Amino acid sequence: MSIAIQADLHVAHPHEHNDQHHDKHHDTSANTLFGFWIYLMTDCILFASVFATYAVLYMNTDGGVSGKDIFELDFVLIETAALLVSSITYGVAMICAKHQKQAATLGWLLVTFALGCVFIAMEVYEFHHLIEHGNGPDRSAFLSAFFALVGMHGLHVTAGLIWMLIMMVEVLKTGLTNRSVTRLSCLSLFWHFLDIVWVGVFTVVYLLGAL
Amino acid sequence: MSFFGKLTLESIPYHEPIIMVTLAVVGVIGLIIAALITKHQKWGVLWHDWLTSVDHKRLGIMYILLALVMLIRGFSDAIMMRTQQALATNGAAGYLPPEHYDQIFTAHGVIMIIFMAMPFMIGLMNLILPLQIGARDVAFPFLNNLSFWLTTSGAVLINISLGLGEFAKTGWVAYPPLSELAYSPGVGVDYYIWALQISGIGTTLTGVNFIATVLKMRAPGMKLMQMPIFTWTCTWANILIVASFPILTAVLGLLTLDRYLDFHFFTNDGGGNAMMYINLFWAWGHPEVYILILPAFGIFSEVISTFTSKRLFGYSSMVWASGAISILGFIVWLHHFFTMGSSANVNAFFGVMTMVIAVPTGVKLFNWLFTIYRGRLRITVPVLWTLGFMVTFTIGGMTGVLLAVPGADYVLHNSLFLIAHFHNTILGGAVFGYMAGFAFWFPKAMGFHLNERLGKASFWCWQVGFYVAFMPLYVLGFLGMTRRINHTDNPAWNFWIYFAAVGAFIILAGIILQFVQLYVSFRDREQNLDTTGDPWNGHTLEWSTSSPPQFYNFAKLPHVSDIDAFTDMKEKGQAYQREQTYQPIHMPKNTASGILIAACITAVGFAAIWHIWWLAIVGFAGAFVLFLVRAYDNDVDYYVQPDDVTRIENAHLDNVTANLTNVVRG
Amino acid sequence: MSHAHSSHEAGDFAASIKSYVVGFVLSVVLTAIPFLSVMTHQFDHATTIWVVVITAIVQIVVHLKYFLHLDFSKEGRINTFSFLFTALIIVMVVGLSVWIIYAANELMM
Repeated sequence: MSIAIQADLHVAHPHEHNDQHHDKHHDTSANTLFGFWIYLMTDCILFASVFATYAVLYMNTDGGVSGKDIFELDFVLIETAALLVSSITYGVAMICAKHQKQAATLGWLLVTFALGCVFIAMEVYEFHHLIEHGNGPDRSAFLSAFFALVGMHGLHVTAGLIWMLIMMVEVLKTGLTNRSVTRLSCLSLFWHFLDIVWVGVFTVVYLLGAL
Repeated sequence: MSFFGKLTLESIPYHEPIIMVTLAVVGVIGLIIAALITKHQKWGVLWHDWLTSVDHKRLGIMYILLALVMLIRGFSDAIMMRTQQALATNGAAGYLPPEHYDQIFTAHGVIMIIFMAMPFMIGLMNLILPLQIGARDVAFPFLNNLSFWLTTSGAVLINISLGLGEFAKTGWVAYPPLSELAYSPGVGVDYYIWALQISGIGTTLTGVNFIATVLKMRAPGMKLMQMPIFTWTCTWANILIVASFPILTAVLGLLTLDRYLDFHFFTNDGGGNAMMYINLFWAWGHPEVYILILPAFGIFSEVISTFTSKRLFGYSSMVWASGAISILGFIVWLHHFFTMGSSANVNAFFGVMTMVIAVPTGVKLFNWLFTIYRGRLRITVPVLWTLGFMVTFTIGGMTGVLLAVPGADYVLHNSLFLIAHFHNTILGGAVFGYMAGFAFWFPKAMGFHLNERLGKASFWCWQVGFYVAFMPLYVLGFLGMTRRINHTDNPAWNFWIYFAAVGAFIILAGIILQFVQLYVSFRDREQNLDTTGDPWNGHTLEWSTSSPPQFYNFAKLPHVSDIDAFTDMKEKGQAYQREQTYQPIHMPKNTASGILIAACITAVGFAAIWHIWWLAIVGFAGAFVLFLVRAYDNDVDYYVQPDDVTRIENAHLDNVTANLTNVVRG
Repeated sequence: MSHAHSSHEAGDFAASIKSYVVGFVLSVVLTAIPFLSVMTHQFDHATTIWVVVITAIVQIVVHLKYFLHLDFSKEGRINTFSFLFTALIIVMVVGLSVWIIYAANELMM
């Protein structure tokens, strides 16, 4: 669903019907970025609702494992590092894009993409490991909430990766046009936003859970 | 699992004569409409000018049409419930068996809130808001079209449930554990989940779109505190939409996980907590009712100030009262479930907060009264709805304050008193507001007037019918009758149940009169044309355009320096000015992407309901590919040439000059 | 966002990079502190909770400032206000939800 929303805002070109100038692209990209920012605010509240659910249910282990039993902090630390580094590499890609350095932009996007893939691969491994040992989301309310919250973040990151792939193709084909830079800026907001959500996740779920 | 998942021929309710007859009638009406379109060769017009349109005015009209169609469906449910209860007294069974009756009251609630009131509100907002702020369209016109089709997609799913399978039997709130797989194994709750989820996403996107519109697209010179009051109340409603609808998305998502993947959020076993569903549902549900009512408040304000020919009393207090209601609306939701048995402190906090909301609402009522005071109120149809609202809503508000006392709520919870209360506010508040807005802006949208006599007759039927239908419910609540009862055996209730049923039929007469009014007004439209675009001597910019407005709204963007921008222009003699030259106007092209994407999403929803997984994948892939195609489509806009603008504008202004004597009428 | 408004001058390049690097270094520190304090059990239970929560909040602010470029400039203000409003709603919805459910749980013990 998140894919749907972001792709869709991403798609929507605002038609600034201002007749004063034929070239009002500056304004339209500002509108797009603002609209996308508001969408991110809705996403914040979506995450907040699931966070609230996790906070309410995390002790309801139904006799099964608790966070203390299953969280491996060194593993989470590497995940966190991958995501954090990907934030700055995306930032560099974005600065390169603004300065019309196409090759550098693509290079840094590729690095970001690789780091995102590392993160997702680790998360998939963690989930698979848990399910294999009988600690799937159907085991207890705690595990349901854990899988839903962490999984929702993971789905967002996956959506971001798909989007990034599409943008790399676009930049490769059309270059750093006004359109592609605006879209890269939206993805930038999205990507950094996901890092903020992850700060919430590792704090609330992993660190406080492992205490 | 078979090719069609859980779907078999047995899913069609052959054994239910009522449903079969309904389907037959709907089918015949559909065929008649299709035949008429074919006869007049309007399929092309329908597709190119309406279904694929990104014009906010046309989308507004389509939203309102959707709302009217769903009003018929939701009201049919209502009158069936009333007649069932009237027939099933003294232990009689009535004509609706419990499992059908339960679906009807669930469908009534969902349809009236999500598919009648919401589209009506969003339709009026689409129609008017961009005009009021002097914009040529919304910030994201394509997204607007997509939002409409996602809303429609939800409505389509809920209507499919009538003829394929069943609808939820849980009440419109679908509380677990009843709505969990263990107790509702059928597809009813799944229809509920997907219909709400898809239309909810559409609504969220509408909220995003209109916030961007209001903040980024205002006419030059228009400050935030100069926006018309309807625009302001809609803005607060949109802020509430983006802040609350994601909670609905989340909670429905969690229920989906419970039902489809054996998660344990709200189940009885596995450590689930059903109260968390109820909690999150109302954390959305309470702001939702303010989303419905705030734009209605805006409509009443516009109507009152227009028809008293006065400036609205206390404009800025109105804006801030709406803001206060919006914020407070987020910290009162527990009053929907005082009886869950949280601590006394919790109940006290939410009880007090609920009562506090009566203060800004009271501010508004006084503002309206002071606007009328020493004004010359012209009693037109919109004004009648407004006056009816002021009385009815005040009663609803007072019973609401009563229910806000936790102790009283323990007695009245889930009784018919509650039903009477919220119909008093939602019907007497929100729906009366939309009716007022409908009558007020109809000439603007369609270019001709509604028949005044039929409009008044309809209003009186609604108003009288409302009191006859709902006042008895307060009494029944006090007599201990709870909601959602299929049949009764208590002689003390009988009289009031019959009484309420009569009221439902009076409201039916009101609805019929409204459709007759539409027909008669359309038939006689040539005699009732609105040639100037300003039939009521309006205050705000939408009245400065022709009726219906040109597709580009404004040939030249107006410069605004007053709240009542158009009054200001008229006073300064700047209205209806002829320009020597116009600039080319940049416009978006219509696109089929929205309807096609929504069709794919509908398929996804339908497939998920019936567990037809291949179709879900195909639908999702289809939607994704269509997104990409749209994203890389370069042929999305065009320019209207100055010559065309000049021709259109001059034709309109000639019309105005010829009819200017008619400007002040009504 | 201020992305769109940042100027295209060449000298801008280094400054932008520098801003990201500052944010990154701060984030690394603010990630290391809570992880280490939980993994090494340096402090007692209550102190650890405070350390973890406060570093998280500070880190979120750092991300908002250095990566998302929220500020109170004329163009950026509306984004910041919409975020603050969202934060207010989140605090109310999450805080009150937790209060409601825990208070109810307590009565059911």
